[in-house]
Amino acid sequence: MPDIFPPALIFIAAAIVLPVLPKGNLRALFLLAVPLVAAHEIWQLSEGVTHTYELLGYSLTLMRVDQLSIVFGLIFSFAAFLALLYAWHVKDTVQQVTTLLYAGSAIGAVFAGDFVTLFIFWEGTAVASVFLIWARGTEGAYYTGMRYLIIQIASGVILVAGMALHYHETGSLAFGALTLGSLGTWAILIAFGIKAAFPLLHTWLPDAYPAATPTGTVVLSIFTTKLAIYSLARSFAGTEILIYIGTVMVFWPLIYAAAENDLRRVLAYALNNQLGFMVIAVGIGTPLALNGVAAHAVAHILYKSLLFMAMGAVLYRTGTAKASGLGGLYRSMPITALLCIVGGLAMSTPLFAGFVSKSLILSSVAKAYEPLIWAALLFGSAGIFYVAGVRLPYLAFFGEDKFAGAPERPKEAPWNMLLAMGLTAASCFALGLMPATFMSFLPYDVAYDAYTPDHILTQLQVLSFTAIAFFALWRFGLIKRPAPGILVDSDWLNRRLALAIVKLGAYISRNMWGLMSRTATRRLDAFLASIYRAHGPQGPLARSWPAGSMVLWIAVLLGFTLILSFSQSL
Amino acid sequence: MLSAILAHAPALQTVVPLIAAPLCVLFGRRHLAWAITLAASLISALFAAYLLAQTLDGSVISYELGGWAPPLGIEYRIDAVNAFVLFIVASVGALVALYARESIEQEIDPALHVYFYTAFLLCLTGLLGVTITGDAFNVFVFLEISSLSTYTLVALGAGRDQRALTAAYNYLIMGTIGATFFVIGIGFLYMLTGTLNMADLAERIAALGDNRTLRIAFVFIFVGIGLKLAMFPLHLWLPNAYSYAPSVVSVFLAATATKVAVYVMLRFLFTVFGFDYGFQAATLQTIVVPLAVIAMFASSIVAIFQSDLKRMLAYSSVAQIGYILLGISLLNKPGLTAGIIHLFNHAVIKGALFMAVGAFVYRIGSSRIEDLRGIGKQMPWMAAAFVAAGLGLIGVPLTAGFISKWYLIQATLDEGAWWLALLIVGSSLLAVIYVWRVVEAMYLAAPVQDAPVKKAPWSMIVPTWIMVLASLYFGINTELTGKAASTAADLLIQATQIEKAPETVPGAPAAGE
Repeated sequence: MPDIFPPALIFIAAAIVLPVLPKGNLRALFLLAVPLVAAHEIWQLSEGVTHTYELLGYSLTLMRVDQLSIVFGLIFSFAAFLALLYAWHVKDTVQQVTTLLYAGSAIGAVFAGDFVTLFIFWEGTAVASVFLIWARGTEGAYYTGMRYLIIQIASGVILVAGMALHYHETGSLAFGALTLGSLGTWAILIAFGIKAAFPLLHTWLPDAYPAATPTGTVVLSIFTTKLAIYSLARSFAGTEILIYIGTVMVFWPLIYAAAENDLRRVLAYALNNQLGFMVIAVGIGTPLALNGVAAHAVAHILYKSLLFMAMGAVLYRTGTAKASGLGGLYRSMPITALLCIVGGLAMSTPLFAGFVSKSLILSSVAKAYEPLIWAALLFGSAGIFYVAGVRLPYLAFFGEDKFAGAPERPKEAPWNMLLAMGLTAASCFALGLMPATFMSFLPYDVAYDAYTPDHILTQLQVLSFTAIAFFALWRFGLIKRPAPGILVDSDWLNRRLALAIVKLGAYISRNMWGLMSRTATRRLDAFLASIYRAHGPQGPLARSWPAGSMVLWIAVLLGFTLILSFSQSL
Repeated sequence: MLSAILAHAPALQTVVPLIAAPLCVLFGRRHLAWAITLAASLISALFAAYLLAQTLDGSVISYELGGWAPPLGIEYRIDAVNAFVLFIVASVGALVALYARESIEQEIDPALHVYFYTAFLLCLTGLLGVTITGDAFNVFVFLEISSLSTYTLVALGAGRDQRALTAAYNYLIMGTIGATFFVIGIGFLYMLTGTLNMADLAERIAALGDNRTLRIAFVFIFVGIGLKLAMFPLHLWLPNAYSYAPSVVSVFLAATATKVAVYVMLRFLFTVFGFDYGFQAATLQTIVVPLAVIAMFASSIVAIFQSDLKRMLAYSSVAQIGYILLGISLLNKPGLTAGIIHLFNHAVIKGALFMAVGAFVYRIGSSRIEDLRGIGKQMPWMAAAFVAAGLGLIGVPLTAGFISKWYLIQATLDEGAWWLALLIVGSSLLAVIYVWRVVEAMYLAAPVQDAPVKKAPWSMIVPTWIMVLASLYFGINTELTGKAASTAADLLIQATQIEKAPETVPGAPAAGE
């Protein structure tokens, strides 16, 4: 068998070489070539363990290839290509290098065959990605990046703790299926859960993604969470609790997404909601469901990148991605507007990738006889279509023209952004048009036809009613823009009609959370103050002690040790 | 010729620096003194490497000094345990000698350089002697040689900061009390057994069995050495001594002095006392484990709040000694292995960190964190060295620090003490905070200096990077450290009955798929 260079190392080697190349088109071309070469390598991989290495006397698996890892490896490489094309105009070496390292770590993690290798790449994604946030250069971005980094590193620390406990219990480091039960497996689940943005562990996601550079957010949205989904599918397929966690994930972010002003944050919440679909399918764990996970990860990476790219282009051209400052942009950025609408449609409309993958997940839920979850997913589908597929393009590109009186209208996005978005849209379309080819890549051999009348009908009904409701309300002037700086908009439609209950829930949860966090903050402050009193530069633990006091400690310890050793029976 | 010299390697190990020390004063020229110091410490390091190679398979070298047979004569006894420590001390000594030349140019009055080199060589002699000897009283003698020269070395920092004098004075008082306690303990043992040779002591103590004199001897030796190795709360001399000493002295002390004291503790606990008495286990488990855990947390938190980099690293050392003591007190083979590995890894990591700080002091005359803002761009090599070694201090995978912590966590889990494992992980997170503060100042803050800062001289960069690369190398390839530590742990355990059941060695079974 021809020796294949591990794709993760292609990225890492390229990241080392890159700074030496002169800035400009040559370097940009080199950047674009890297993921293509990696994808070509992944394409040629044959299943099985292809690379092992020795570390600390353990024999570890650098490359474990099977259909599941190939699907994720391919989509990660392809998405990295699209993101780099989108970022063609960015000349910042730090962002270029960290993007390569980030993609390389994510792909390395996907092919990892044991927890040690997984952990190394796991932390690699954390450290590399934070620079995409810091690259924005604002003080807010710095602190956001710091918070993000701490949470991501914590996930790695919990992973290594879980791995140590698990190894101690079973003697195995293999990154394979686990049964939830011991402390170690729970720790591993929580580590995965942080990156997969489980409810309550999700706060980093809407915090960090909108803070990155226009191009950085696209890159961020691709890897970290989908890597976590992959890891869950690898280790916890069929774990029932994931079904319920996923259901909460489908609903909870919707509440915030519906009220958010920053459109990139809306997408971050929408992303979290879509992760819920995949987590549910992992929880179901049948071959059909796992095919759904892989398919939906692919589709979701594509259409969510497309939406983030569109919003990134808006931010790049207008300087803002806040709904309160946008509107009527279709006059200046018609192609971006069109592609953004395609991205919204690609979430679940027939003929697009999202339809195929969502149908897979819905069918697997139906086959597992979970009618409530099925209904919840349908509702979640509708909700997210309303928020990200209809409301978001409307707020950005239609409605009142905010740039009518401006001296200079914003320009259309640059060619490379348009090309990247166009390619992404085309891929969404291609996968939706050729479901059989799409299916042939999936890890399990399960016959499935997405385009049956009932699937099409169910999804179309939901979507069209959502859309009709939206446009009816719009026609009567009931859609209002969120006011700047206020998280909850005064949009009475949201409050009174369609999402009244949801909003009430949001209100209650927000207030409860506020109360809890205020109390917790007070406690934490008091705790930190007491730590500082003892350990700060003037505290008793850090002062320079006079020799006499030091000697006193010796006497105390001597006395205590003597008493202790005499108290033992002879 | 060569074989004749190597046959006397144990004696030459201490004799070479001992003879070189007065030569420095006799010649009286500082450049010559440096050349002598470098040569002597390099030769020492070669001998140490040779001795380690000889003993790595578990064999024991016994060398009778002056041809006098033990137990009357003094015996040098080298097994994997002390050969490993000798190797650490001598190789760090050689790197420090290389590094010292430029570093002391800035920090010590040129007229005193000769005395610096003399004291340094004497200190090296003392530390090597403590480690190599098989005679309990000889340990005391060498301990005093190293301690007295250390007080001098610390006091030489007065050229930069007068507080070095009080730091040295306090260290002198504490060190003397420690040494006195130690010699009182030896006295009790001598009274009890009539011998001073360690191997002989062990046999006679085992024959006599448990008694009160033995217990008193143990307690005095334990507290005396506890002072020397800066066991919390007997560490109070350490932060001042490390922060006000000349930078190169901080490097040397942090990497070697406490490590040698830990070795003496191991030797007495396991080889001499033999560890079959309940009072020893009780002492370790009731006193050392809690103190080690407190040290891990309290000292790390104190380190977080420090504004001076050297002081921060000093408190971090107290915390790291906590890890070593914790490993030893677990009283199982993995724990001992972890303690010994961390002894080595921490010496390398902390040595590298102090070397980087020494370079900052050399260029900007300050080790305050606020003065280091923006230094990452101005002194890229040293800043990068600090970050790489700092990662090791935290215990990031692929660095030596991770290996230590991995072994330590496995050892606690073997004892079923998963809460200790959690505490180890938790305290490592504190290291993230204090290392990060420095990284943030070095790379993310705007430079504070208007004038451009030059790169550090190569004679400082090279030894620093050797240490850093070693800390990375031993994080990937653990063959040497793992083997030496586990052989050493085996030897220590063989001398005792603490082996409860066949132990599993972490790292031995091949895992994975």
